[in-house]
Amino acid sequence: MQDLEQDILAQVQDALQGQQALAIQGNNTKTFYGNPCQAQPLQISGHNGILHYEPAELVMTARAGTPLKTIKECLQEHGQMLGFEPPGFGDEATLGGTIACNLSGPRRPYAGAARDFVLGCRIINGHGQVMRFGGEVMKNVAGYDVSRLMAGAMGTLGVLLDISIRVIPRPQQEFTIRKEVDSTKALQAIARWSQKPMPISAACHDGDQLYFRLSGNELALKTAHNKMGGEPLDNDAQLWERLREQSHAFFDGNKPLWRLSVPANTPMLALDGKTFLDWGGAQRWLVSDIGADRIRKMIDKVGGHATLYRNGPQDIEAFQPLPAAMLQVQQRLKQSFDPQRLFNPGRLYKDL
Amino acid sequence: MQNSTDKKPLIQKLSRILDADSILHEQEDLRPYECDGLSAYRKLPLLVVLPSTVEQVQAIVRLCHARQIPVIARGAGTGLSGGALPREDAVVLSLAKLNHIIDIDQEQRQATVQPGVRNLAISEAVAPFGLYYAPDPSSQIACTIGGNVAENSGGVHCLKYGLTVHNISRLKIVTIDGELLTIGSHALDSPGYDLLALMTGSEGMLGIIVEITVKLLPIPERAQVIMAAFDDVEQAGNAVGHIIAEGIIPAGLEMMDNPAIRAAEDFVHAGYPTDAAAILLCELDGTNEEVSEQVMHVRALLKNSHASTIKTAENEEERQKLWKGRKAAFPAVGRIAPDYYCMDGTIPRSKLAWVLKRIAELSAEYQLAVANVFHAGDGNLHPLILYDANKAGELEQTEALGGKILELCIEAGGTITGEHGVGIEKIDQMCIQFDANELQQFHAIKNAFDPIGLLNPGKAVPTLHRCAEFGAMHVHNGQLAHPELERF
Repeated sequence: MQDLEQDILAQVQDALQGQQALAIQGNNTKTFYGNPCQAQPLQISGHNGILHYEPAELVMTARAGTPLKTIKECLQEHGQMLGFEPPGFGDEATLGGTIACNLSGPRRPYAGAARDFVLGCRIINGHGQVMRFGGEVMKNVAGYDVSRLMAGAMGTLGVLLDISIRVIPRPQQEFTIRKEVDSTKALQAIARWSQKPMPISAACHDGDQLYFRLSGNELALKTAHNKMGGEPLDNDAQLWERLREQSHAFFDGNKPLWRLSVPANTPMLALDGKTFLDWGGAQRWLVSDIGADRIRKMIDKVGGHATLYRNGPQDIEAFQPLPAAMLQVQQRLKQSFDPQRLFNPGRLYKDL
Repeated sequence: MQNSTDKKPLIQKLSRILDADSILHEQEDLRPYECDGLSAYRKLPLLVVLPSTVEQVQAIVRLCHARQIPVIARGAGTGLSGGALPREDAVVLSLAKLNHIIDIDQEQRQATVQPGVRNLAISEAVAPFGLYYAPDPSSQIACTIGGNVAENSGGVHCLKYGLTVHNISRLKIVTIDGELLTIGSHALDSPGYDLLALMTGSEGMLGIIVEITVKLLPIPERAQVIMAAFDDVEQAGNAVGHIIAEGIIPAGLEMMDNPAIRAAEDFVHAGYPTDAAAILLCELDGTNEEVSEQVMHVRALLKNSHASTIKTAENEEERQKLWKGRKAAFPAVGRIAPDYYCMDGTIPRSKLAWVLKRIAELSAEYQLAVANVFHAGDGNLHPLILYDANKAGELEQTEALGGKILELCIEAGGTITGEHGVGIEKIDQMCIQFDANELQQFHAIKNAFDPIGLLNPGKAVPTLHRCAEFGAMHVHNGQLAHPELERF
């Protein structure tokens, strides 16, 4: 646990003076994610430690370089957890990287995304100023919601120093039921059960089987199981962990991996390759050699967006290109935080 | 700057966009728009326009943009921070006529609606599908969803179900140059910066919201309310901590102090013990099995936390009755004083006893009674200052006391507004909560959307000039705020 704020700030100010772009780095577990960014590294991982944790207030504040593992262990001791169930893609993943990428796991449709749990943060903006937004309270509408804006900005708006997040109690019990159905039937079943007050905390389909994870007390889970049917899955935590961390056999190999974010009830799309449905159908993993343009055109038509997640050619945008008017707004917003394009230039979009 | 003499050419231009009934310009027609829910501030606008299509909104904004006339968006006007307060050089853009539910998607559990649709009307429309819209500000009968998004409204169920920002998925906004921009999507996320978060709670400063897709939730199988009374406020605060630390997230967790209890009981006879220092209302919802277990668990926790009375609503009628007192708390307080002023700070719950003690001291110092109602689960405190506007100087005293209470919330590690917004009311306290760099960053964001500053100018974020003037009056810990700035 150490405080490197002054050191980081000095590096930012030097870079500002020398007009040298910076590539913000934690422990490099997510270097693959987004566009490549060639710039002088700004190391954050040394700036770590939990600053404040109040279980009864459901709030934790930690420095950006704090390993997710440390945070999860600390929460577990108090019967709590991160509601967005973030993937780490490696043991060394940091809180700052997780929030900057806005990464969320299978619980996302039922509990919320990383951005939903951000309460406040301190950042260094592109003028080399340390600023604080939001706080440690659940409800706070003073000023624009800058802290939530940091989630998913890929470090392009500022350097995250510390982050306050809402945490939630661990469910008493969890178990998973499975049913052998095709993907179309799986989407129908998910839509049907999601309209009812069932204790569902995750839903996925691996191509052959539909899985629902249920969370709650023993009796509630029993009742839900009786209503929904299906076989209990042994050792179910492993399934969700492997899906979350992409260590499931589906993710093996070197073909391009696409993340398709679509309205959950979008019918199965005619795209060559194999598909794994997560987030109750709203996040679809596609392993495919099809060209980016074709995928993106099709996904755009259904009101979604496609991210080239891994193993793709480096010269195309990782994230779905924005309509011109939207790109312009985003460029102006980037400019308002970082007019010299100091932080992670091009990492989110080549034009940001 | 426009004044009433050159309204005519503008009215003429507007009449090419709108029918005559949708352009208000006579003083008597403008009067209902001179204030919102914060009636202490009033100003007549230049004009009020009531478009009924998105195209009309775009045309109006383009016209105002070209003529550099400020535009102030308005929903139902129920806001409590003066966010929709007019200016004499501004057009008030009422979104009341854009009041259609465009689509209900049962499978996707979402509804797409126009901004003038009332909050409660959404839940009513989707109830036949077993669904509802979770955020429920106390004004939900009247307030509109567009206003809810602009203010990031809360309600009594925020701890479990979140604020407006957690419950919407897509917005369509009209930018200051009249373009229609879609923000967010019907998927669970969108590429690029999270403008959905930025727009929510932006108080009409960044764009005009013309369409909203809200997320819907299945109506819980069962909801149950427990009321507990305490002889000591601190014990009640601790009880809240005990419940949450045990892993229970109540759907609602409300606290009222003795003055609020007495006012409410006198008004609606909810069955509250009027001698209690504080009461807690704890609503548990979920599956039948979970609620049964949690009710037993919470009752035991309340007992261990020294509650003097614990009562569980036996049926829906009793549940409604227990809630009625809390929901009627504001009008109830309105009966015991000629006027009341509703504050809206948020504090870490652990500081509750200390904050209430300081409020009591300030109340004695200013000789104005204060009743407190508290969204205890999420730390959102609503002190109600009782005053009489007809007594000379009492409103000014009330505002001064209110300002002190907000500063107290900052001192406790909280914020000056949990759900009502900054508007014009708390604009000076923004100078205390944020430093000059942070305020400049807010202005830079505003500038990215609205470079000439025509959208709701003068609200939500103070100029540094204003802070300097305020700072000159305000001495914090013996130090002037922003010593680096010139004094005027």
